[in-house]
Amino acid sequence: MKNNRSFLAIPYVVWMALFVVAPIIMVVIYSFTTADFSFTTDNFTRMGTFAVIFTRSFKLAIIATLICLLVGYPLAYAMAREGKEFQRVAMLLIMLPMWVNFLLRTYATMSILENNGILNQLFSAIGLFDFLNNTMGTDIQYFRMIGTQGAVVLGMVYNYLPFMILPIYSVIIKLDQSLLEAARDLGANSLGVFRKVIFPLSLPGILSGVTMVFVPSVSTFAISRLLGGGIQMMLGDLIEQQFLGGAYNPHLGSAIALVMMIIVVVCMWVMNHFGEGEEQAVML
Amino acid sequence: MSTNRKNRVGSRLYMALVFFFLYAPILLLIVFSFNAGKSGVVWQGFSLQWYAELFQDRLIIQSVYTTLLVSVLATAIATVVGTFTAIGFFSMRRRWRAPLLTVNNIPMMNADIVTGVAMCLFFVAVFGGWNYLASNYAFTVNLFGAIYRITLPKLYLGFGTLLIAHVTFNIPYVILSVSPKLRQMDSNLVDAARDLGCTWLQAFGKVILPEIMPGIISGALIAFTMSVDDFVISYFTAGSSTSTLAMTIYGMTKKGVTPEINAISTILFVVVLFLLIVVNVRESRAEKAAAKRQLS
Amino acid sequence: MKRIAALTLSCALAAGLLLSGCSVERVDNTGGSAETPSGGNSSNDGNRVLNVCNWGEYIDLDLITEFEEQTGIKVNYQTAESNEALYSVLKNGGANYDVICPSDYMISQLIEEDMLQPLDYSKIPNFEKIDDRFKNLSYDPENLYTVPYTWGTLGIIYNTTMVDGPITSWSAMFDEANAGNVLLINNSRDAFGMALYYLGYSVNTTDEAQIREAYQLIADAASKGVYQGKVMDEVFLKMEGGNAAVATYYAGDYLTMLESNPDLAYVVPEEGSNWFVDAMCILKDAQNVEEAHEWINFLASTESNLRNMDYIWYASPNAEALEQYPAYYEETYGEPLDMELYEIMAAPQEVLDRCEAYLVLPEETRTLYNDLWIELGL
Repeated sequence: MKNNRSFLAIPYVVWMALFVVAPIIMVVIYSFTTADFSFTTDNFTRMGTFAVIFTRSFKLAIIATLICLLVGYPLAYAMAREGKEFQRVAMLLIMLPMWVNFLLRTYATMSILENNGILNQLFSAIGLFDFLNNTMGTDIQYFRMIGTQGAVVLGMVYNYLPFMILPIYSVIIKLDQSLLEAARDLGANSLGVFRKVIFPLSLPGILSGVTMVFVPSVSTFAISRLLGGGIQMMLGDLIEQQFLGGAYNPHLGSAIALVMMIIVVVCMWVMNHFGEGEEQAVML
Repeated sequence: MSTNRKNRVGSRLYMALVFFFLYAPILLLIVFSFNAGKSGVVWQGFSLQWYAELFQDRLIIQSVYTTLLVSVLATAIATVVGTFTAIGFFSMRRRWRAPLLTVNNIPMMNADIVTGVAMCLFFVAVFGGWNYLASNYAFTVNLFGAIYRITLPKLYLGFGTLLIAHVTFNIPYVILSVSPKLRQMDSNLVDAARDLGCTWLQAFGKVILPEIMPGIISGALIAFTMSVDDFVISYFTAGSSTSTLAMTIYGMTKKGVTPEINAISTILFVVVLFLLIVVNVRESRAEKAAAKRQLS
Repeated sequence: MKRIAALTLSCALAAGLLLSGCSVERVDNTGGSAETPSGGNSSNDGNRVLNVCNWGEYIDLDLITEFEEQTGIKVNYQTAESNEALYSVLKNGGANYDVICPSDYMISQLIEEDMLQPLDYSKIPNFEKIDDRFKNLSYDPENLYTVPYTWGTLGIIYNTTMVDGPITSWSAMFDEANAGNVLLINNSRDAFGMALYYLGYSVNTTDEAQIREAYQLIADAASKGVYQGKVMDEVFLKMEGGNAAVATYYAGDYLTMLESNPDLAYVVPEEGSNWFVDAMCILKDAQNVEEAHEWINFLASTESNLRNMDYIWYASPNAEALEQYPAYYEETYGEPLDMELYEIMAAPQEVLDRCEAYLVLPEETRTLYNDLWIELGL
């Protein structure tokens, strides 16, 4: 391309300035002001009160991300070793759930986990509760699953697992087979090949998978509300409450959103430096 | 060899297990869309009544229409803008490109709720100022002897803002999937075309576009999927009178989702399944044909 | 050069798009002004629309269709979750509703903040049929802004097969005996309200210590795992499906739930409770004021009230409808209305005597409510 075509990017640069940068500036302005728009830092000094919510959200999101990684990596690895036709079908099967709205899937999960839901009915039909009550002398009618932190983590894993599998898979599939053969020829056993070659090379995929699971998990509000019952708020709930929920205060809400954003950005930055600035793996 | 086979059985079993976990709720949803009763837990016999009632339900039909319209429009706009921007970024100096790409990554890296809240605040502030102007000032124009008073329209959150939001979070995905194809492209090709007398536009249509087409298609596909699946950003930017399917469902999860929603989801699911199968079969046939050609 | 041309073109396009929504009015020097509508602005060119916001499950949906057929006005019907959520949406500026239907205390607050407009009662002849008991109430003492829509009581709904003995006191909401099976109502006013009743304080107290005590009561119960979740309309699912045993909710909704789960019972606790009026009002910056009045008048008619009562089971403030309902029920279903149910819907005076209406709280107390409500989620 001899003559410079960079002006083609101008419309989008303007667009970004308007709809990406300006809105974030609005959040910053709101977070440093009171209801009558005079300067204040109160919104941030109050943040200490919400430390519990911050830790809870980060804890659950980290657990969910780890589970996704532990479940997703072997799956992506196993998929990559299958034949081409098989991979094609498996890919399709992973993408497909995304086309059923996640709220609906979560809602269906809810009907599975309810006290009177499908899982508990199944347990009682196979006589699990009778068995437990007879042997242990307890009086259990159902397992309480809905409204617990476990249910929230399950919901996150269920919803975001595909986001972990896809980038890892797309990195593993591109690995140079000759590298693996070379490693084997040089005497590495399969564990060694995995540890020394495959895993380090799939790190970019892992990093982008972790990002794509962690960020939506830490900020979710629909999942925690449906599966967690909303008793123990998460960051997403807290922010939503201040804007469209029952405790209107967009200034405090902006401050919380800003703090969350900064923590997430710092986490990602640190993590990406672990990956030694690898080029970001494309999701699909 | 035998350990290998055993491994394969094990790994397939594992995959089946994970897929079962992923599909259990969806299967449940599909099964209960054929339930005669309203319950999502108790089976009361087979019936197609929810499919019949679905087409009477204005709210659901309207929100499906809104969802599809906003997704198609946003994908179309994002694909065109994203492709040209990717070319623009590609021919830019690194000094300029790096910071712009960082900003470009913001909507992707940011939590949806932050993007949604930020856009909501921005639109409301801009519209607030605009509406103040509109209600306090009116132009008078003298046209052909008659005097007209022009009052500016008031702006509210609605389909327009929803579309802007969707375009904004879609473009980065398009750029991200077009850029690698541009890098892989042999730049001599374009030069050759120009030397042979093509204008840049002709070179674009004949050389660049075919080269980066796979990137454009996959970018458009991701964008469309993201648009359809989005709930949080729409929730904050659509205002009170526009509702996507996801927002309608969210409203319903509180009162109890009607099985009509299961029915519409089943329909969408089957349509997408069908489309994906068709595309895949065609692709794999094309690949096999190409492989055969190479052999002979 | 081309670039400049393209830029100008796109600017012109943008301007054109913006202007297409303008309303152009011809102003003649003679004084009379004739309207020349231009496309885009929907309220001017025959497409009459109305944006309504109501609570979930709070209208016989057929009434909307009927109104549309009668008047040709397209109703854009949306729902809000609670008074507090509605307030957020209004304040946030994202909404363009014309008619809303908040509860008493929220109406006072909206009037206080100058967000409502006075109604033209000459366009709402059906207002006359409203029972005098529901006119000139404390939230709108001169009755300038509102037309009552429904009224009712707040109480405890419980599943008789899941708890021991009948519930008579708010203590059931804090009792560990039902741990994991109690649903907390998801709005600060009602949630703190029930705790204040239990403690014997007024629900309209502004005493910070009392409110904090009420908060502590709920927070302790929450930390002991009493609550399964915070719910508003989710309560239908949970209670109907037997997934929870005890909930605080409204009388009318109890009657709806009873239709699908006969094991449920309702009580207005002995400590007293809240009685509320939800009323229709028009927002100050409403775009479709004329249509809004037509809508309000339509819903205030005896016929609409009867059908609404039958559908949502909330008591009507329309004197005729309230009186005629038992007969209407018998006519429709061919069996007499269970008067016990009727009294749950339209609470008799001796129950109302135990109850108190919410009054709007001063700003500091509202902030305290918000802050404590958020802390409850910690």
